Amino acid sequence: MKKVLFLLAVVSPIVMADDINKGRELAFDRSRGNCLACHMMEGGEMPGNVAPPLIAMKTRFPERSVLREQVWDATIRNPESVMPPYGRHGVLTEEEIDQVVDFVHSL
Amino acid sequence: MFVRFLPVLFMILSSASMADVEADREAFRAFYAKRFSSIPVEAHVDGVYALDEAKRAQWLEMEEFPPYEFSVDDGEALYDEPFTDGSGYGDCFADGGAVKHLYPRFEGGEVVTMEVAVNQCRVQHGMESLAYDSEEMMQLTSYIAYASRDQLIDIKVPEDALPAYERGKQFYYSRRGQLNFSCSHCHMQIVGSQLRAEVLSASYGHVTHWPTYRLKWQEVGSLHRRFAECNGQVGAEALPLQSQPYRELEYFLTAIARGLLLNGPASRK
Ligand code: HEC
Ligand code: HEC
Repeated sequence: MKKVLFLLAVVSPIVMADDINKGRELAFDRSRGNCLACHMMEGGEMPGNVAPPLIAMKTRFPERSVLREQVWDATIRNPESVMPPYGRHGVLTEEEIDQVVDFVHSL
Repeated sequence: MFVRFLPVLFMILSSASMADVEADREAFRAFYAKRFSSIPVEAHVDGVYALDEAKRAQWLEMEEFPPYEFSVDDGEALYDEPFTDGSGYGDCFADGGAVKHLYPRFEGGEVVTMEVAVNQCRVQHGMESLAYDSEEMMQLTSYIAYASRDQLIDIKVPEDALPAYERGKQFYYSRRGQLNFSCSHCHMQIVGSQLRAEVLSASYGHVTHWPTYRLKWQEVGSLHRRFAECNGQVGAEALPLQSQPYRELEYFLTAIARGLLLNGPASRK
């Protein structure tokens, strides 16, 4: 048990960083998340200006689950949203959504 | 008694429905007038170049040597070439083809666009119809657009065309594709803003300038080709050119653009 906890403590920050990197890739990739089409995000080039810049996310979304819901289906909060329902329409897998959310939450 | 009132009732009903088309037109004008208060609504016939000055400057440069010019010239030659039975397009279209302001029209229970009318004319006179994406069709419609320049869109939506108009309108407002967009989401709700580097143009004025030479296509292409591209962009099924839904969509967009200046063919990036 001790050993497992120790392993987790060492391994999980690495996994996290890896997820964040994958999330960044997905968010920037034009044929996947393509969040930059609409949102300014640090490190992303040629952003659109359709939607609010994604900055200071932990301050504005202390609850990760609220952020995840926005990405999974933006029409839950705003039925007229133009943001694609990445989860509901299967644009990204559940795992990929978690990676994107981890990345966005780190901004 | 009732029968005697029927014509009156019919008139009231039909004028109410006509008023709906007119109300839609007013609503579109008012929407864009309010969204872009410094731009006259008529200016949207130039699409994105009405909204972005830097892009407009580049575009005006491109227009100095209009890339659709050959298409217009070749189209004029084709237009004047007699059919095998000795007749020609002049037997179908008045005023040397300056008729685009009257299309699409509702005839025989369907929406007849310019392209469909060209083929109807050919078939009537024993010729084969042209493929809607053929070079010849683009040349002929380029010439017709050019001959029709500066006319004002003048189509009417008769009573029996209202269901087609309504279906076109519904298409415009329906979300589709994996990315879940309607036309109105991009060309109304977020009109004028940028998707990456692409500025989104107003739908009012979308139909005035076709066919259009696009740098991206490296050739002249039709309005329905652009519809298909906008559908494809959001992961929705791109429908065949001149399919019923696209014709009805064009009918709706043209009806709400009544009174706008025709300025085709155009060039776009
Ligand atoms: C086509 C436009 C578009 C795309 C693409 C898009 N969004 Fe959005 N997003 C919006 C809009 C518009 C809003 C404003 C709220 C609403 O209407 O849903 C928004 C809101 C948000 C919010 C809430 C921001 C806040 O400050 O309230 C988050 C988080 C978000 N988007 C994340 C993403 C992520 C992550 C992606 C890509 C995987 C993405 N968005 C792709 C349009 C878009
Ligand atoms: C995801 C966004 C999006 C959606 C949804 C969309 N379009 Fe577009 N559309 C664009 C972009 C980007 C352009 C190129 C820039 C411009 O002219 O607006 C464009 C251009 C056009 C043009 C050419 C404008 C011109 O001046 O030549 C037409 C016509 C058009 N769209 C019609 C439609 C119709 C009809 C629908 C729905 C069936 C639709 N669009 C849906 C993004 C979209």
